[in-house]
Amino acid sequence: MNTPAQSTEWYASRFALFEKTLNGASRSALHAQRRKSLAAFRAAGFPTTGDEEWRFTNVSAIAKTEFLPVTSHESAGVTADDIARFSVAGKDALQLVFINGLFSPSLSRLDRLPPGVTAGSLAEAIARDPSLVDLVFGSSGETEQNGFTALNGAFLIDGAYVHLTDGAHVDRPVHLLCLSAKGTSPFISNPRHLIIAGRNAHLSIVETYAGLGPSSYLTNAVTDVVVREGASLEHDAIQIESPGAFHVRSTRVRVEGRSSFTSNAITLGGALTRNNVRALFTGERAECTLNGLALGTGAQLIDNHTVIDHAVPACASHELYKSILDGEARGVFNGKIFVRPDAQKTDAKQTNKTLLLSDEATIDTKPQLEIFADDVKCTHGATVGQLDEDQLFYLRARGIGLSEAKDLLTVAFATDVINRVHVEPLRVQLETLLRSRLRQGRVAAEE
Amino acid sequence: MSLLEIRNLHAGVPGNPILRGINLRVDRGEVHAIMGPNGSGKSTLAGVLAGREAYAVSEGEVMYKDMNLLDLSPEDRAREGLFMAFQYPVEIPGVTNTYFLKAAINAIRKHRGQEELDAVEFLSLVKEKSKLVDIDHSLLNRPVNEGFSGGEKKRNEIFQMAVLDPTLAILDETDSGLDIDALRIVAEGVNKLRSKDNAVVVVTHYQRLLNYIIPDFVHVLMDGRIVKSGGKELALLLEERGYDWLSKEAALPAGAEQR
Repeated sequence: MNTPAQSTEWYASRFALFEKTLNGASRSALHAQRRKSLAAFRAAGFPTTGDEEWRFTNVSAIAKTEFLPVTSHESAGVTADDIARFSVAGKDALQLVFINGLFSPSLSRLDRLPPGVTAGSLAEAIARDPSLVDLVFGSSGETEQNGFTALNGAFLIDGAYVHLTDGAHVDRPVHLLCLSAKGTSPFISNPRHLIIAGRNAHLSIVETYAGLGPSSYLTNAVTDVVVREGASLEHDAIQIESPGAFHVRSTRVRVEGRSSFTSNAITLGGALTRNNVRALFTGERAECTLNGLALGTGAQLIDNHTVIDHAVPACASHELYKSILDGEARGVFNGKIFVRPDAQKTDAKQTNKTLLLSDEATIDTKPQLEIFADDVKCTHGATVGQLDEDQLFYLRARGIGLSEAKDLLTVAFATDVINRVHVEPLRVQLETLLRSRLRQGRVAAEE
Repeated sequence: MSLLEIRNLHAGVPGNPILRGINLRVDRGEVHAIMGPNGSGKSTLAGVLAGREAYAVSEGEVMYKDMNLLDLSPEDRAREGLFMAFQYPVEIPGVTNTYFLKAAINAIRKHRGQEELDAVEFLSLVKEKSKLVDIDHSLLNRPVNEGFSGGEKKRNEIFQMAVLDPTLAILDETDSGLDIDALRIVAEGVNKLRSKDNAVVVVTHYQRLLNYIIPDFVHVLMDGRIVKSGGKELALLLEERGYDWLSKEAALPAGAEQR
């Protein structure tokens, strides 16, 4: 078994090999940041259950595995048909495709970009404008760096760069499709996305993470979002990774004055998932909505950690996270809300609801409100329940079979989260996905 | 063979026997009313027939279409044409009425080896049947019974009955909580659905509903037994004299009062 030191040294040795391929680029500002991140990763290592923030989520399986960082473009036989399965909004959507974390221009579709919109590879954007490096590494407060985000920075090669100038509107969603191809040995991809909505701009972003085969991999993604004054941005993240995959993702958001940010995080796949969402209010009268839906079957572990930092007065945050857990699945929800001393007139509401479909499924839920201002409205609530026997009987008494009745009620439980996704074709896709996952989970349980 | 034949049915919840020897035969084309005071076991009987798992049957048998009804799951009973209109229809947030009904009708059709209805066929069926019970179309796209008034819920039950076209309908206190206009609409809906091929069992506390749904037979249920059976005039007698005068007869052995 590897000790933590051994697992960090594995990545240090891969980093040294990666560095040799860079030639002159190893003197770039970007690479200097990678080195800093590697040092931070070596100091921190992977978190353990001894860390309060990781108490319920044991990542030793990740630490023990020597995942090979993907550093070169090998499209690994991914075809347009593979892409089509995961597309949203048909031919109209703007779509950036990443294979194992690296941008694939040939599979992407970025024609007819509206005026004021830049969308493409982050690496190319940095090559055009090296000052972006400061934004990538500085915008999001490296203070809350953990081992995973540090590792992402060390192997930061590419990701999406989406930028809207002030007042720009995109009426179609921008879809970041991150696919993990089939692979023989375990690999790690480290996509890093930077999304900036200029003042009064309007944008919907969809991130999809999916696996194309039964391979062992770790998606270690970081998305930084800046929502400038008066802008509105919806960020939908759909996780349908391969059953054996590990998925750790951090979304860090800066919510400026009078702006509005909504995140809908839907987790359906993967063996172990940890989603971190951290939103920081930097200007007054802004709004932040964080919604989540997790469906866990078999032995899946799905951990949603959120932090909303009311650092300034008069902002509103709403949070609704729902989990559906079957088999021996485990769920974790941790919702932290800071209300800083000057953040008067804060309005924060947090709700966490869990539906347990089996006796073995478990949830650990923890609201954490740290309130330092006195003129605020903060509420939180958590419920854990099972399917309602009377509702089940009612459906069965009308001829609907037991398992279909269960699915119907389970989907109904998820409906209010799914309905908060404004991208309509995605909503339809999600309902279909949810139903098929429930069926798969049931079939697996019966075997 | 009768459509439904209940023989010496004993059932209840653990530690509490409720039905204590029910005998009843229902044939196609008939309407039976089961009346009785509160706590006599009327809703238990309806629940046992529909397959509520809260009740355990300790003795007796129920034959329906030559099948042992008690061996069938609730959904298979429904698929074989048994329908219970609930006394307290359940609210199901997140599932629209139409989605629910489409799932129900197609489960039943599949069981019968029929093709599933497509969206167009389903909607025209819904349109046709909604007229029968005068149900507001806006209710159809709302979640099942959520926020419905008491009358709307009961009307929705009869609407579902119209769409699912059962062979045996059991109306469990469908009249409770209805004003006179709603009662008339519900009753008219039931009357339009009556035919020589199906049967209706009306479970009720009051004679009132039977002014609109004229029964062929009336049975009085007391202390878990049918203590008296007769024609529609029995209902009027009960309205006039109440149930007390029958109390003594409840002590008689079951079966003596079989029609």
